[in-house]
Amino acid sequence: MFDTSLTLNDVWFMLKGAGVTLAVTAFAVTGGTVLGLLFGVIRSQVRPWITLPLIFVLDIFRSVPLLIQLILANALQAIAGFQISPFVTSCIVLALYTSAYCTEIVRGAIEAVPKVTRRAARSLGMTWGQDMTQIVFPMALRVGLPSWIGLTLGVMKDSALILWLGLIELLRASQILVTRLQEPMFILLVAGAIYFALSFPIARFGAHLERRWQEND
Amino acid sequence: MIEIENVHKSFGALEVLKGIDLTVEKGEVVSVIGGSGSGKSTLLTCINGLEPINTGRIVVDGTEVHAASTDLNRLRRKIGIVFQQFNAFPHLTVLENVTLALRKVLGKSRGEAEEIAARQLGHVGLGDKLKVYPGRLSGGQQQRMAIARALAMSPDYILFDEVTSALDPQLVGEVLDTLKLLAEEGMTMICVTHEMNFARDVSHRVAFFHKGVMAEIGAPDQIFGAPERPETREFLSNVR
Repeated sequence: MFDTSLTLNDVWFMLKGAGVTLAVTAFAVTGGTVLGLLFGVIRSQVRPWITLPLIFVLDIFRSVPLLIQLILANALQAIAGFQISPFVTSCIVLALYTSAYCTEIVRGAIEAVPKVTRRAARSLGMTWGQDMTQIVFPMALRVGLPSWIGLTLGVMKDSALILWLGLIELLRASQILVTRLQEPMFILLVAGAIYFALSFPIARFGAHLERRWQEND
Repeated sequence: MIEIENVHKSFGALEVLKGIDLTVEKGEVVSVIGGSGSGKSTLLTCINGLEPINTGRIVVDGTEVHAASTDLNRLRRKIGIVFQQFNAFPHLTVLENVTLALRKVLGKSRGEAEEIAARQLGHVGLGDKLKVYPGRLSGGQQQRMAIARALAMSPDYILFDEVTSALDPQLVGEVLDTLKLLAEEGMTMICVTHEMNFARDVSHRVAFFHKGVMAEIGAPDQIFGAPERPETREFLSNVR
């Protein structure tokens, strides 16, 4: 079974693909989280009818398959003459996609903070901003982190779809090798192992934080 | 002095306060009793401006609470409030719970804030719990921590909103003892409570709320011994 023609060079090719996967994921999750925080705070603090347009747009990013979003965005930017590279297009689309999910995580986590606890903070003379930064965010972080870790891992796997814009990320690199070497089982096993190696530290980090916080409860 | 004049307050179509008039002098302890939904807790959250009012006015030491020009964050420094539950900031230690507002609101240094906090926490009997997180405290200890946190801001008034109602019966006593201690020290307090013995023993005046109206107010002996209104009599005969 381990009689393979996969060379070190080929593995290096896959690792470079993994680098693209990691880079796109990092940009998408960073951008998506910043936007998600902003939108989530707006969603939880502002009356629903004012935020209807925002809710509508975010619903589109959550409802339309990511593959369609990627291809449409890439085609539209080309037609509009923006000349944005597929990599940047991928980062932007994935960031918006991430932000739509992150918004709901942030909103849910903020709304999980008891109203009375926030009133207790305000009644001590703290401002809205102090209440948000000192009380609401730290408390909401503990509620929202597990979902956010799940979202991050999901985006990392979903990012494979950017291969349709011609980007050679981990899955596309594996595909190319499969076509050339005709060893799909073994190569996909290696690809899966690399995905796992990328995800595992993130999952462990989340679990570590959760455990530390639980010690205080 | 807290002056409440003809205050009306509605939540949507539901009118919870129907013209409340009440003046609380400096150093006075006023207990507010009454059934659920009588508007007693709502009144407290109106006094420090957590809730807006529809008409009437509330004046604290000459400052109208709901005037647009009032700096509520500044006004709230002198009006402490302790709620029934969820007072604690669970991600902060007991000490940090108390020092947070001292540092962020009053701008005190960490050392000064910790000194004040440790003193107030000692005062309510939590001197050995400074580094503990609130999740490790009993309900009664959490309530005492909230009282210490309010006291640390050196408020002129403290409002207590059914602070023993969510506690196991055996923990009620320690919290009421803390309230008694404050009353003896001359703190101005408005206590919404279901503890009739506490209201009788500690208050200067007792107000009975019924369906959004202050049906009766008077000295504890009068309210509990010779209530004038039939609603008061009925309420007291039910809670006994």
